[in-house]
Amino acid sequence: MNRLTPFEWIAAMRFMREGLVQTLLIVVGVGLGVAVIVFMSAALSGMQANIIRRTLNYMAPIVVIPPEQVARQLREGGGKTAALVQPRSQQLRSIDQWQKVRAQIERLPEVIAVTPVITGPGFALRGDANKAVNITGIEPETYLKVIALGDKIIAGKLTVASSDIIIGTELAKDLGADIGDKLRLTTASGASETLNVTGIFDFGNKRVNEGSVYISLHVAQNLLDLIGGVSSIEVKVRDPFEAETIAQAIQDETGQEADSWIKTNAQFFTAMAAQTLTNRLIRFFVGLTAALGIASVLVVSVVQKSKEIGILRAMGTSRGQVLRLFLLQGAVMGLIGSLLGSALSFVFLALFRSIARNPDGTLMFIIEIDPPLLVMTAVGATLVGILAAALPARLAARLDPAVAIRGG
Amino acid sequence: MVAEISAAETLRLEGVRKSYGVGTPVETEVLHGVDIRLETGEFAALIGPSGGGKSTLLNVIGLLDQPTRGKVWIQGIETDKLGDAERTRLRGLSIGFVFQYHYLLPAFTALENVMMPLLAARGRPDGAMRERAAALLDEVGLTPWKDQKTNDISGGQQQRVAVARSLAMKPALVLADEPTGNLDTNSADGVFDVLRAVNEASGTTFLIVTHDPRLAQRCDRIIELVDGRIVSDRANMNVVRRSGAAFSESAGARPPS
Repeated sequence: MNRLTPFEWIAAMRFMREGLVQTLLIVVGVGLGVAVIVFMSAALSGMQANIIRRTLNYMAPIVVIPPEQVARQLREGGGKTAALVQPRSQQLRSIDQWQKVRAQIERLPEVIAVTPVITGPGFALRGDANKAVNITGIEPETYLKVIALGDKIIAGKLTVASSDIIIGTELAKDLGADIGDKLRLTTASGASETLNVTGIFDFGNKRVNEGSVYISLHVAQNLLDLIGGVSSIEVKVRDPFEAETIAQAIQDETGQEADSWIKTNAQFFTAMAAQTLTNRLIRFFVGLTAALGIASVLVVSVVQKSKEIGILRAMGTSRGQVLRLFLLQGAVMGLIGSLLGSALSFVFLALFRSIARNPDGTLMFIIEIDPPLLVMTAVGATLVGILAAALPARLAARLDPAVAIRGG
Repeated sequence: MVAEISAAETLRLEGVRKSYGVGTPVETEVLHGVDIRLETGEFAALIGPSGGGKSTLLNVIGLLDQPTRGKVWIQGIETDKLGDAERTRLRGLSIGFVFQYHYLLPAFTALENVMMPLLAARGRPDGAMRERAAALLDEVGLTPWKDQKTNDISGGQQQRVAVARSLAMKPALVLADEPTGNLDTNSADGVFDVLRAVNEASGTTFLIVTHDPRLAQRCDRIIELVDGRIVSDRANMNVVRRSGAAFSESAGARPPS
């Protein structure tokens, strides 16, 4: 008995050591639960971070486009109004005074990079072959700050001078084109341009690889008959999860329409929210199971020791001391269980790393168990232990010493 | 009637009645008005047939239970006005318990079990507690077994540990409920010798419930409880005190503090 250790601690520790098998079983049970919670949370956040990183590297968080054109009434108020208003066709239009808009957006503090883009439909022709393509005119020096196109170039290099074109692997195959070959782009307006293939990209997506070409902004403006204009401005922001608020700010500031990736990928976010909810549910039920385990072990202990508790009470032990004695046991079981569980979660992690690999041997995605998660789990498990012990502790504290000693 | 409590009075019961199932159709009165006074240093036996209310009476005296009517004074303190926490405190400080079964905590050694009441009262262990517990174990002749877990010693030894534990707080009154009921004759005599020796050495008051007439005859006073009433309460003339005269003198000479 250590001199500094209070009575409740000494008794709690001895009681747990006395029922060592029960104590160990429940600690291992809590440990497994904690390991599952830690590992699952880490895996889920790793997976989500991975998806977000993959998505956001090749997609601008915010795209600014000109507001939609609507058919307006000729006269305001009064007069007769047509019952049916035919919606206007949306022609390819430039953002009005896009240089000014761009400067306005660049001034916003959360914005990291801004790039003007012009996109439109066209045809790529080479010899007898022709394919419908989506033309993207870019300003390379700023575009690469928003979209990590450079990572995806598998042949040639990423230069977009006025006579250059970058195409996807599928399109190169369909047209039989390789680096240094020429191909012709035409558009609905009748304009056409002959360009050199300088780079071939692979986004790992067939539709993008066969249907997208990148050319310089100026050439695209000519081809799409939008001289001096851009069809959209793409914006990269510091925190992608703030994109929607920033998009609103841009909209208010510039009067243009700003769409965040959060809005355009609503389905993805719903799926992620569902995952998070599932994770929470699993956490809750694993926690509940651990709590019930601790509670049942302690209830059994209270019943087994009711005479001993009675005699402790008869000797002058207060109800509070008895209460704390059992709460402490719950807390210690929770804490030790969570420490064991944290250690176990690293074992799970090592296992996962050896199993979950891409075909090429690289990690499928990175899972990190961060210290705050472990601390939170330890604190959480201790609290769960105390809560679980509350019922048995109350039972013990309420034992009538006379009845406990007499009974049975 | 205004009760006058002398300083040498450890216990006083006046008109103690105890009923179970109060307010229900099965209300039963177990104690029908019990009056007892125990002077400091008395060594008294409480005898009577089973079901006569001895254990109930002991619970009431030990503040484990409250009387339905009547009053209990412990060392001059009127207990019926005390709250639960104060009763627990007074019980811890003034009353020691020895039961038929020892109820030692098997997770602890003999020494630690004896320390337990001190530990519960003071919160943390200290050297003085350890010394006190060791001295008590020495008094009951268990020094060689003091560091054994209580499951590893004999029944008589366990009961002697329980006696030592009941004395840890230097209680004024020790209540023993058939302390030798589970023991063979030899062990029973051993435990009884210990109780008697403690009584003679320290002047601690003892009230011992026993079914064993042989042991009752070794007490100074025999109180008989039958059907919840005291039917006889007499000094036992048969008892020969080993240090009788000396003890009487010292008890009589105690200054009225």
